[in-house]
Amino acid sequence: MAELLQFVFSGLTVGAIYALVALGFTLIYNASDIINFAQGEFVMLGGMTTVFLSLAGVPLPLAALIAIVVTTAIGLALHRFAIAPARGASPVALIMITIGASIFLRGVAQIVFDKTFHSLPPLFSGGPIRFGGATILPQSLVVLASAAVIVVVLWLFVDRTMLGKAVIATAANRLAARLIGVDTRRIVDFSFAVSAAVGAIAGILITPITLTSYDAGTLLALKGFAAAMLGGIGSALGAVVGGLLIGMIEALSAGYLSSSYKDAVAFVIILVVLVAMPQGLFGRVKVERV
Amino acid sequence: MRAMQYFTATAAIGLCALLGAGLQASAEIKIGSVLAVTGPASFLGDPEKKTLEMYVDDINAKGGVNGQKLKLIVYDDAANPNSAKTFATRLVEEDKIDAMVGGSTTGATLAMMPVFEDAKIPFISLAGSIRIIQPVHKWVFKTPHTDKMACEKIFADLKHRNLTNVALISGTGGFGKSMNAQCHKVAGKAGIKILISETYGPRDSDMTAQLTKIRNTAGVQAVVNPGFGQGPAIVTRNYRQLGIKVPLYQSHGVCSKEFIKLAGAAAEGVRLPCAALLIADKLPNNDPQKPVVVDYSREYQKKTGQAVSTFGGHAYDGLMILVGAMKRAKSADKAKVRDEIEKTKGYIGTGGIVNMSPTDHLGLDLSAFHMLEIKGGDWTLVPGT
Repeated sequence: MAELLQFVFSGLTVGAIYALVALGFTLIYNASDIINFAQGEFVMLGGMTTVFLSLAGVPLPLAALIAIVVTTAIGLALHRFAIAPARGASPVALIMITIGASIFLRGVAQIVFDKTFHSLPPLFSGGPIRFGGATILPQSLVVLASAAVIVVVLWLFVDRTMLGKAVIATAANRLAARLIGVDTRRIVDFSFAVSAAVGAIAGILITPITLTSYDAGTLLALKGFAAAMLGGIGSALGAVVGGLLIGMIEALSAGYLSSSYKDAVAFVIILVVLVAMPQGLFGRVKVERV
Repeated sequence: MRAMQYFTATAAIGLCALLGAGLQASAEIKIGSVLAVTGPASFLGDPEKKTLEMYVDDINAKGGVNGQKLKLIVYDDAANPNSAKTFATRLVEEDKIDAMVGGSTTGATLAMMPVFEDAKIPFISLAGSIRIIQPVHKWVFKTPHTDKMACEKIFADLKHRNLTNVALISGTGGFGKSMNAQCHKVAGKAGIKILISETYGPRDSDMTAQLTKIRNTAGVQAVVNPGFGQGPAIVTRNYRQLGIKVPLYQSHGVCSKEFIKLAGAAAEGVRLPCAALLIADKLPNNDPQKPVVVDYSREYQKKTGQAVSTFGGHAYDGLMILVGAMKRAKSADKAKVRDEIEKTKGYIGTGGIVNMSPTDHLGLDLSAFHMLEIKGGDWTLVPGT
């Protein structure tokens, strides 16, 4: 029993990280139908900027705040200077631009920061929490709680505010949105900024567990993307459920089957789910009216 | 008149070129190098390049080798074996090098080996795998310790403590995979039984599931973690989180202060085999390597402002073994230099004491590794190893 519980805790730890990364994909996708593959780099930038500012003597909370602001500005710049000028292009071309941006950001980070691994202290010091013979780190719970808070905030925003409705309108039909007076460019600007901020927050919170380096974003983004797809891309709740599911599957197959196949098992399950439910678990089915 | 002018000009240029080529041949020894200066293995190539440049300048300032200056030609393969092979061909055909030091990664080295074998140019590789020197290739040598030696060193220490049943938890990256295979290979001979072998991915953030499985395997007396990068730090943290009591061994892949910093208090009591270079100041004064490693660390830190790494040390050893061979051969003749590299005996380098032979193109034994234990956030030498 303690064994199963430990696997579940391991799954929660990993899953919460995937969930937090996956959340960053949702808003940009909602506003512009773009899957932003530079999302992992936002996560990396959040972590690395905080690390280097605190090494330079800036107090940690302030360093984290500056890191979020800097990353948000970079997200905004990504849209203004790379995505917006190409807005006539197909989503596939735009997605390729984000891949290019991710390679660029990684290269710059390698020069501005360095090539070694870094860590941050956890939010709450103190040892692991013991429960029923298994242990979990307090920071894992912090990550989990933050994912929940972000989901609620995003849901409130999209469902209860005018700006949120404008985001949905922009995604649904950009021309129609413009006709009813939505400044669509500002809306997409805004979605990139918020996604970058969410990414930076994720980076700061997960670094005490995962550690970080200039190239940390790539694989995190891959797992986060898988989580977002599984949950139904565009759905914040789906991102979290998808992340937790993948984490749980990985931990349980590492524990009960073999750690060599844990990634394979996770991806097979994702494939099966997506074949059965192409929109993901919580995705909206798109109806095109002609 | 015009034609005449043209002719003289061409002749003059031709003469200059000829003279230039002639002068170069007599005044310079060309040493080629292909390193992963950028890209995912830049932590190898970067210190290697800096080390080579630093010491080639130093040797030239002191008058060169056999009265000839050294000329270093470095290309960056960004850890891509294909571009490494292209650069190797370029070094042979265009740059016409006399000898080769480099190849940061095993992949690049294996890709370049046929080129230098065919061209009959002595090649000292800086990459880890044992496949570079086993089977022996006539023109290929290497300086870094192999992962097989790391396994043997760890197993010897385990035997010393009367621990024979171990668990492995390995990274699935190239380093972890290769060392895992070597550990399996030498376990039987060392009298070690591997009860369970688990793995984790290169960016996994939690290994408690694998470690729980290991903890629940009856009879495990120690855990060995072949791996590189941030993985071993996370394994070490999870190890303490789960409160596993048996000794934990890390590999030479994490022999840097970075590991202690990342793993924090969890690193306390971890043992690992490391080269002398990292513990330069901790070596006993009568250790023959002490002057070499202290000197190299000081120079490297002075010139680059960075902490020394074993990888730069491998480049230092490669260059010095080559220069030594050229001095003994009293020329840069490729065949003579090759023979002399093979006869290297008692060379004291940063990696250990090198004694090469026609069957051993590495020339290091287990004494090249020191068993360390992390105590109070610093390395300590385990006595009797």
